[in-house]
Amino acid sequence: MSAVSTDTAIRTGRFSRTLIYLILILFALFYLLPFGIMVLNSVKPLAEITGGNMMSLPDVWTIEPWKQAWSSAQIGVEPTGLKPYFWNSIKMVVPAVTISTILGALNGYVLTKWRFRGDTILFGLILFACFIPFQIVLIPMARILGIVGMAGSTSGLVLVHVVYGLGFTTLYFKNYYQVFPTELVRAAQIDGAGFFRIFWRILLPSSGPIIVVSVIWQFTNIWNDFLFGASFADLDSQPMTVALNNLVQSSTGVKEYNVHFAGAILAALPTLLVYIVAGRYFVRGLMAGSVKG
Amino acid sequence: MSFLKIENATKSYGNLEVLHRVDIDVEEGEFLVLVGPSGCGKSTLLNMIAGLEEITSGTIAIKGKPMNGVHPSKRNIAMVFQSYALYPNMSVGQNITFGLEMHGTPKAERVEAMNKVADLLQITPLLDRKPGQLSGGQRQRVAMGRALVRDPDVFLFDEPLSNLDAKLRVDMRTEIKKLHHKLGTTIVYVTHDQIEALTLSTRIAVMNGGYVQQLGTPKEIYDTPANLFVATFMGSPSMNLLSVNIVSDADGVYAETTNGLNEAVRLKFPDPSAALKSYDGKTITLGIRPEAITDAEGADRNAKHLEEVIGRVIVTEHAGSDTFVTTSLGGNECNARMRSDVNVLPNQDVPFTINMDKAIPFDPHTEMRIA
Repeated sequence: MSAVSTDTAIRTGRFSRTLIYLILILFALFYLLPFGIMVLNSVKPLAEITGGNMMSLPDVWTIEPWKQAWSSAQIGVEPTGLKPYFWNSIKMVVPAVTISTILGALNGYVLTKWRFRGDTILFGLILFACFIPFQIVLIPMARILGIVGMAGSTSGLVLVHVVYGLGFTTLYFKNYYQVFPTELVRAAQIDGAGFFRIFWRILLPSSGPIIVVSVIWQFTNIWNDFLFGASFADLDSQPMTVALNNLVQSSTGVKEYNVHFAGAILAALPTLLVYIVAGRYFVRGLMAGSVKG
Repeated sequence: MSFLKIENATKSYGNLEVLHRVDIDVEEGEFLVLVGPSGCGKSTLLNMIAGLEEITSGTIAIKGKPMNGVHPSKRNIAMVFQSYALYPNMSVGQNITFGLEMHGTPKAERVEAMNKVADLLQITPLLDRKPGQLSGGQRQRVAMGRALVRDPDVFLFDEPLSNLDAKLRVDMRTEIKKLHHKLGTTIVYVTHDQIEALTLSTRIAVMNGGYVQQLGTPKEIYDTPANLFVATFMGSPSMNLLSVNIVSDADGVYAETTNGLNEAVRLKFPDPSAALKSYDGKTITLGIRPEAITDAEGADRNAKHLEEVIGRVIVTEHAGSDTFVTTSLGGNECNARMRSDVNVLPNQDVPFTINMDKAIPFDPHTEMRIA
């Protein structure tokens, strides 16, 4: 009796499994299609795109559009390609991610291990930052950047992104440190370690997963940001996203679709890379905070 | 001058006072155990000695120096936590020497101190491992090593054995006691386990509801409990409490109650105090520990006065070394401890011998011992 039932169990299992995989593959193809078309058309000469089917494989393979997008395409008024803007983005993203992550970690540490009167209200206010839409802060932010003399500079953009990201990083680290045993902090206090020593030697070495979460989140948001970049940057500090827009939206000359596609992929590559390198820690880190807490 | 002096120490959170005017003096080399049920304030008191919680009023002094407001690291104390609190990212060796490093001890001295402690606790082979790779007992040793290496004035233990399994707990208990004999250090130890308290301590402070109920040697606490709380909290199985009437005549003072067959019996007190005599005609609570109610052969031959009472056996429990017999006395269930090979069966009426030397009278209203 039991032998028979096991047998059918395996057969139905195999059938439903095949079905599940088929559906999954179908969905994967569906989602990969736009990206596939971008890649295909970025390695075709322009004539093939304008004259024929967008979906077909290229007759002539070329990396010329990539080269153009990177170093010689017309962005605004200068034929510089995306290269200088790529570096602008890097110069903005690296300090902004680093500073907001470190400050978030310190906030989380203080809010969980050095509790003080009114800390919950303060945390609530910080959390507010997560719910305020970008557009609302545009004008006050512009005013402040003007007052402190950082308007139209990369450091100004760094400041904007640090301030805006702090709510999220504080939330991550607070949740993570909430379940970090307070006895460890007390033991370190008795051992004679001070505020920063405890943070640096005890908490930070155990914060790997949540640092990864914070870095991925901040990197993706800041790299992909368009609104702040378009509003607060000058020509020489514009990030990649704004430059890509200028490339694609240019109203003069022929629309070089292949170059546009290549440029778009270039703009998306760094975030893709961060996900591939650190992605598995991302889920792990998110779980670590939520499951234990 | 006592080594650790707790004077009038209170602790409040807002308007809520959780620890009321605690006075404890600890001499050098003493092993003081703070014992009580959860929420009695024992851990709070320990944290106040450590400096992890502020003292609301009163003083705590170590070696004559008041410690109010002194940072934990400057009190020359060491603490072993319930969860061990080992730094997960550091090796065992680093865990042990972290405190010395923070106090700026040179590396060579640190290594020497570490090796000495590791040798004492037999954890030398573990020095390079991370805490995650250790068993519960090994972690416990490392946590003690971390405390020992500092050579502190006072050791504080916060329920250090409660995360271990039963057998290991007994082993580590013996080990802590050996360590105390060997090093002669002053220890304050918090536990909710009364066996730990009785076996380890030189003195016990029994706490409940933020008050120290009684402070004394284990023998004092066990034999002459100050009140009903201490009497029932210490000892396992706990003390039997009977409601009895006091009658006195020319021959002496008696506790009047009923035996298992509902017949009136009189239990004579061997040397009644004057206070007890004044309760003549009143009802009191009489406490008798299970080991003072035995079979005739198992009774203490040196007792001044034994009473034999017939009781009906309700349940018997063989616990290996003893047999616990439940009977009824004065209408209440009552636990007796007999020899393991005693032959009694439920529903039998058998004689129980009560050692009246060990019967402790309590006032039923104030719950204090009548002495």
